[in-house]
This record gives sequence, C-alpha cells and structure tokens, in this order.
Amino acid sequence: MSALGLYNYWIVIFLMMTGFYVVISSGNLVKKIIGLSLFQASVFILYISLGKISNGGPPILREGVELYSNPLPHVLILTAIVVGVSTTALGLSLVVRIKESYGAVEEEEIHRQDESL
Amino acid sequence: MIDSQLLLLQVTLPLIAAPICLLIKSGRACWAIAFIVTISSFSLAAIVFSYVLTYGVLEYNFGGWVAPWGISYRVDIVNGLIALLVSAITTIVLVFARTSVSNEIKNKNQSIFYTAWLLCLAGLLGITVTGDAFNLFVFLEISSLASYVLIAFGQDRRALTASYQYLVMGTIGATFILIGVGLLYAMTGTLNMVDIAARLPQGVTNRTAQTALAFLVVGVGLKLALFPLHLWLPNAYTFAPSAVGAFLAATATKVAIYVLLRFLFTVFGFNFSFEEMPLDLIFVTLGIVAVISASAVAIFQDNVKRMFAYSSVAQIGYMIIGLGLSSKAGLTASILHLFNHAWIKGGIFLALGCVAYKLGSVRLGALAGAGYRMPWTMAAFLLAGLSLIGVPLTAGFISKWYLFEAAIEKDWWLMLIVIVMGSLLSLIYVWRVIEMAYLRRPDHEEEKSEAPLSLLLPTWVLVFASFYFGLDTRLSVGVAHKAAETLIGYSP
Repeated sequence: MSALGLYNYWIVIFLMMTGFYVVISSGNLVKKIIGLSLFQASVFILYISLGKISNGGPPILREGVELYSNPLPHVLILTAIVVGVSTTALGLSLVVRIKESYGAVEEEEIHRQDESL
Repeated sequence: MIDSQLLLLQVTLPLIAAPICLLIKSGRACWAIAFIVTISSFSLAAIVFSYVLTYGVLEYNFGGWVAPWGISYRVDIVNGLIALLVSAITTIVLVFARTSVSNEIKNKNQSIFYTAWLLCLAGLLGITVTGDAFNLFVFLEISSLASYVLIAFGQDRRALTASYQYLVMGTIGATFILIGVGLLYAMTGTLNMVDIAARLPQGVTNRTAQTALAFLVVGVGLKLALFPLHLWLPNAYTFAPSAVGAFLAATATKVAIYVLLRFLFTVFGFNFSFEEMPLDLIFVTLGIVAVISASAVAIFQDNVKRMFAYSSVAQIGYMIIGLGLSSKAGLTASILHLFNHAWIKGGIFLALGCVAYKLGSVRLGALAGAGYRMPWTMAAFLLAGLSLIGVPLTAGFISKWYLFEAAIEKDWWLMLIVIVMGSLLSLIYVWRVIEMAYLRRPDHEEEKSEAPLSLLLPTWVLVFASFYFGLDTRLSVGVAHKAAETLIGYSP
C-alpha cells in the first residue's frame, strides 16, 4: 500500500532513469538533449510532489479550506523550468553549430572526423 | 560599520552590465565596460573581505525579509576570501583578454563574448556570496550556461563538441545538486543554509539527509572535476579561447570546491559528513588516484594546454586529499592550495595564451626554440611551472608543505609518497615543455617575436603573485587557517 501510495515518486524515478539512459546510450546529439530535458523534468515532478500535503487543498485562499499545500516548491520549480529551457535552447543551438561545421549530429561520425585530422 | 548593500552590488553590477554590453556593438567599448565592472566588483570584494576579517560575518536580506523567510546573502571569511580571489583573477585575466580576444574572435561577436563573460562572473560571485541553497543552484546555472557559451567561442571546431560535452555533464551535475537541495528542503522546510544546519536532526541516522549528501557531493563533484567525473575538463580548457581557459581554470573549479566546503561543513556539519558518512575515505582515495593518474596522463599529452588541463585535475586531487584528511590542518592545506593554485594555473594558462597568440599553436612541437623567440613569455611559464611543481620559495611549495604536515599529523606516511610522486610527475611534464622551449633549436632560425606588453603584463602579475604568496604567507596562510577554523566551528 505505502509503496503504491507514493506512486508519483515511482514516476519520478522511472522518468529520471529513462532520461539518463537516453543521455548515456544515444549517439545522436539531439536525442541526448531530449534525454537531458526528460531527466530535468523528472526533478520538477519530484519538487512538486514534495509540496503536496495530505488532504491539503491548492494554495489559494478560499472558504472551507483550512489546510493548504506548500506553494514554495512550485515557485522554485518555475525558476528551474526557466533554467531547463535555457539549457535545452543552448544545447540545441550548439548542435546546430556542430551540424554546420561537421555536417553530422552523430557522435561516432564526429569522432571519426576529428581523428582523421 | 559598512553598508551590507555592498555585498549585493558586487553581484548585481556584472549582472546589469551584461545586457548593456549586448546592446553596444563595439567590442572595445564592451571591454571597457566589463573592465570597469570587474574592477569595481574587486574593490567591493576587498572592502567586504577586510570587514569580515575583523567582524566575522556580513549579511544582507533581500527586500528586508529576514532570513529564513527571505533570501539572504551571507559572507564570512571563507567566501569573502573566494570572492576576493575570483574577482581579482578575473580583473587580471580581463586585461589579457582585450588583445587576446580581438585576435581570436570576430569583431561582431566580441560584445556577445563580454556579455557571457560578465554573466559568468556574476554567477560565480553569486554562488560565492549567497546564503540560500536554491539561490546557489540558480547562480550555478547562470555561470555554467555562460561558460558553455564562452568555451564555444574557441577557434577550433572541437570547441563546439567540448562545450556540448560540458553542457551535458554540467547539466547532470546541476540537476543532482537540485535533487540534493530538494531533499534537504523536504527534510527541513527551509532553504537558508544556516537554518538547514540548525534543523537537520542530529545524532540519528537519517536516510533522506544521507541521500541528499550523496546527490550533492556527486553533483558538485561533476562541477569541480573530481577524479572520475573530470572527463569534460581537458577538452573544455584546451579548445576554449586562451583568456577563457585561464579564467575558468583559475576560478570556476575553485568556486565549485567552495560549494563543496560550504555544504559539507556549514550545512551538514563535520560529524555528519566525515563520521557518519565515509566521505574522508572516498575523498582520499579519489584524490590519490586523481593526483597520480591525471599527472601521468598529462605527461603524454602533445597539446600543452591539454597537458595543463590534466594537471588541473591532479591539483584538484590535492585539494580533495586535504579535505579527506578530515582535520583542521588538512582543511587549511586545501584552502591554501585552492588559493595558491588559482594564481599559478592562471599564470600558466596566460603564458600559454601568449604562445598561442604569437605562434598560433600550443602543440609541443611548435614550441621548439620558443625560449629564444619569446624569452619573457617562456620565463614566466618556467617560473609558474616551478611554482606548480612546488619548488621552495614558491606558493606551490607552501601549500604542499601544509598538506605534508596535515598528513604527518595523521600518521599517513603513504600520503607523503603520493604527494612527492605527484610533484615528480609534474616535474616531468613541465620539463618536457621547458626542454622543447630552451634546448631545441627551431628548424630554421627565426627572429625574436615577443608577445605584446598588454599580454605579458597580466601574465607576469599572476606569476609574481605565485611567488609573492610563497614568500609572504601572512595573508594566505593566516586567512586559510582562520577560514578552516570558521568552517569547523559551524559543526556543533
């Protein structure tokens, strides 16, 4: 029961490992960035799950609700999302420049070109 | 009594100047703005440092919200020293950058370069002065994203792949730090570092706190190029523009080590980090492997910048060994080596920058006879190299000596062998360059072509510093000692 009750943490771990696996195993630079985004997104869910309080309502003042969930993690994660978006943007623009100068986005191909120098 | 807003200014000045640089298209004007801003940050850091030296702690609360509720900046002697070091070295390297960058980077891109430079400086200083764990993560990402951009400015196309690799590994590291901070927040409900320390349960085994520590150490380890996590570093330092290589080698890894110190000592406390968790053993093992293996790899490098990038990994190993000794003497040695190594490695990379400027290559073969063609540059390199090896009368000697003493205090005689071996290995790789520069004649006799004064002057300032702190140790040793005392004093 308690293991299933914490299902969002299982989702976090699953997403995190999927993203991490893509970063490590994929040789395609664009796919690596996608994996990295997935990896970061899993941490966003972790933070938001931390803020939930059992039986707590959403943190908006209204009648009949006495217990509120903690809004601070949401705010923190807004900042982290901004950081994540800029990382993805920068990573993808680097891939564009790599594509321009190597004509490839596959790691193996890039290594091959560097070694033939 | 000084105004605590000065603390804020040293971070916000570069942060405000960065977009201004982006709007101005002229590279020269941007350099002037960047220089004025860094030198003011340096002066502010000096004022703050002299204040904390006498009074202990300086705090600034944002918007008047008192800490733990608001974000606060908090400087004690440890981060006061690091902020001073970072801003001082940035100022000196920026003098070098003016000529070096206009040679390496197209005119229309120079304003973007200085924008990224200022953002990186703002991030590094922000990490240093903040007292809030989440704010630290944000500044870490500001400085990291800016440094990816700076590295990608390198002329060689491999700079792009180096920057990409650093981006992937750096982001994984930063995300680990984010997880660690999140777990700490889940435990304590607060993000203020001092407040977290006060609320962490003491004396009981706590799985969440242990996990948080593990995530933080690995995350920060990626940023500071702790031995098996250092793979991004050699390429990044090799292919980045000369000024950027020197800037990052002298500041970015040092700030990451500061972050590690701050989390281990201020947030988790000495007992938790080193007695409940086996970090001392892990650090000593990784440090030893780093010193020996990275120095050995450095010997076989053909690209001199890459050689000294590996040497950086080895030198970080010394700092980690000092930490792993888990004593006040070891911590003093770590902080001292952090301080001294910043000047030494900055000097070496600037000298190599002079070589790259004049000879257009830093491959070992290109350096043949460089000692005759550029006598002042190679003399600077030789002196900085001596300091790196740890010859007496140099700063490198002082910090290794303190590491020696700390190891003897623990009766770890094996450690002495490691330290001596590391020095011998560094002697070999420095010798390879010196031999090439002084004992080989170039194939065809060429005229003297010394680097311009605007490059030599900052190089020599750093080289001079790496000797000055070997002779006059009052500032470095005195402060390192006090800083170690402060850090250990946080633990109950």
